[in-house]
Amino acid sequence: MPSSKTKLSDDVLSFDMDREVDKIAEAMREILRSKLHRRGLVIAMSGGIDSSVSAALSVKALGPGKVFGLLLPEQDSSSSSSDRGKQLAEHLGIEYITHNIAKTLEAIGCYEWRDKAIKETFPEYTDGWKNKIVITGGIEGQFNHFKLVVQTPQGDIKEKKLGLKQYLQIVAATNYKQRIRKTVEYFHADRLNYAVVGTPNRLEYDQGFFVKNGDGSADVKPIAHLYKTQVYALAKHLGLPDEICSAVPTTDTYSLSQGQDEFYFALPYQQMDIALWALNHGVSAKELGEYLGIGEDRAAYVYQDIQNKRHTTKYMHDKAYLVEPVTELP
Amino acid sequence: MSIEHKLRGYILENFLFTDDESALSSSDSFLEKGIIDSTGIMEVIYFIQEEFGIEVDDNEMIPENLDSVNNIVKFLEKKKAA
Repeated sequence: MPSSKTKLSDDVLSFDMDREVDKIAEAMREILRSKLHRRGLVIAMSGGIDSSVSAALSVKALGPGKVFGLLLPEQDSSSSSSDRGKQLAEHLGIEYITHNIAKTLEAIGCYEWRDKAIKETFPEYTDGWKNKIVITGGIEGQFNHFKLVVQTPQGDIKEKKLGLKQYLQIVAATNYKQRIRKTVEYFHADRLNYAVVGTPNRLEYDQGFFVKNGDGSADVKPIAHLYKTQVYALAKHLGLPDEICSAVPTTDTYSLSQGQDEFYFALPYQQMDIALWALNHGVSAKELGEYLGIGEDRAAYVYQDIQNKRHTTKYMHDKAYLVEPVTELP
Repeated sequence: MSIEHKLRGYILENFLFTDDESALSSSDSFLEKGIIDSTGIMEVIYFIQEEFGIEVDDNEMIPENLDSVNNIVKFLEKKKAA
């Protein structure tokens, strides 16, 4: 990304999209050719903007015949996600299959462990209720903490602060979803001698918004350098279906609809992108606060939250640490 | 045992895996020194709630109250006095 702009404006995230598409496509071919030595790409398609653009870029790089798509819904996935995934695969003309991972998740205890922790918070929680976790604190200068929101079948919403043990257990259980998906992706990659595409955007990659050895695991991550705003722009530029270009980002991991800014980020993604760009380019909290209309103090908290998340999630980017280096490897 | 001593013992044992008192200064910022991250802070909050029988409210979950042994001691003294 060019980094010559230093003053905040509406176009700091604008870029030459034709050039970017060509650059990414060439980089993907080069990585496959010289690093991975695989002859195609496997990509799981959630129907969201990131995996859709990554799939379209994979097709730009290799053509539709060398890209294999996977739709991997489970019992909490929204049906519109699957519909959009299917629509995209057909739009791109790639081969794809749907593999519902609900039975696998059930067998491994994902839902059972999760529901046990939810019931410790809401004893009345049972089948037919929906749930999600909500983050709070970051923009107020507080340490992030978490609330559990449940909805009865009648639509009543209840909310409680989550205990640490319950929070960790719910997250650990739902992380099974991303890890099982990755297992399926690598099965097909091995079967086809393909490589696996990871689909984080820059905000997710920078802030550690992924599951280690789950969606964080991949052989190539073609949009990890692009802000989410830029990914949306590329979706339109690449002519992806309107339903995908206008999809609201959700985690699609909890049964109650959950925005990414509820679960992880301090602000909606458009503002998070600007904040991240501003931090990366040395813009003061005062200027960011004025630009976003949130005031200097809150902007400073957002900067702090970004730095804290970088620190907390650093280990998720790292390889396993060795006691002594093994230097003989190429 | 003083609050400070209990806290230091807890941090040393559970986050630094040592009984070497010199590994932690009571004024060290947990975050700046990389001793505890934000998930670790949640563990510390859980510990002080259980150990000292207080409830940490959302608006009290701030670095001034929780980001060093000294800050926690001051915070607990203020809570107990209230």
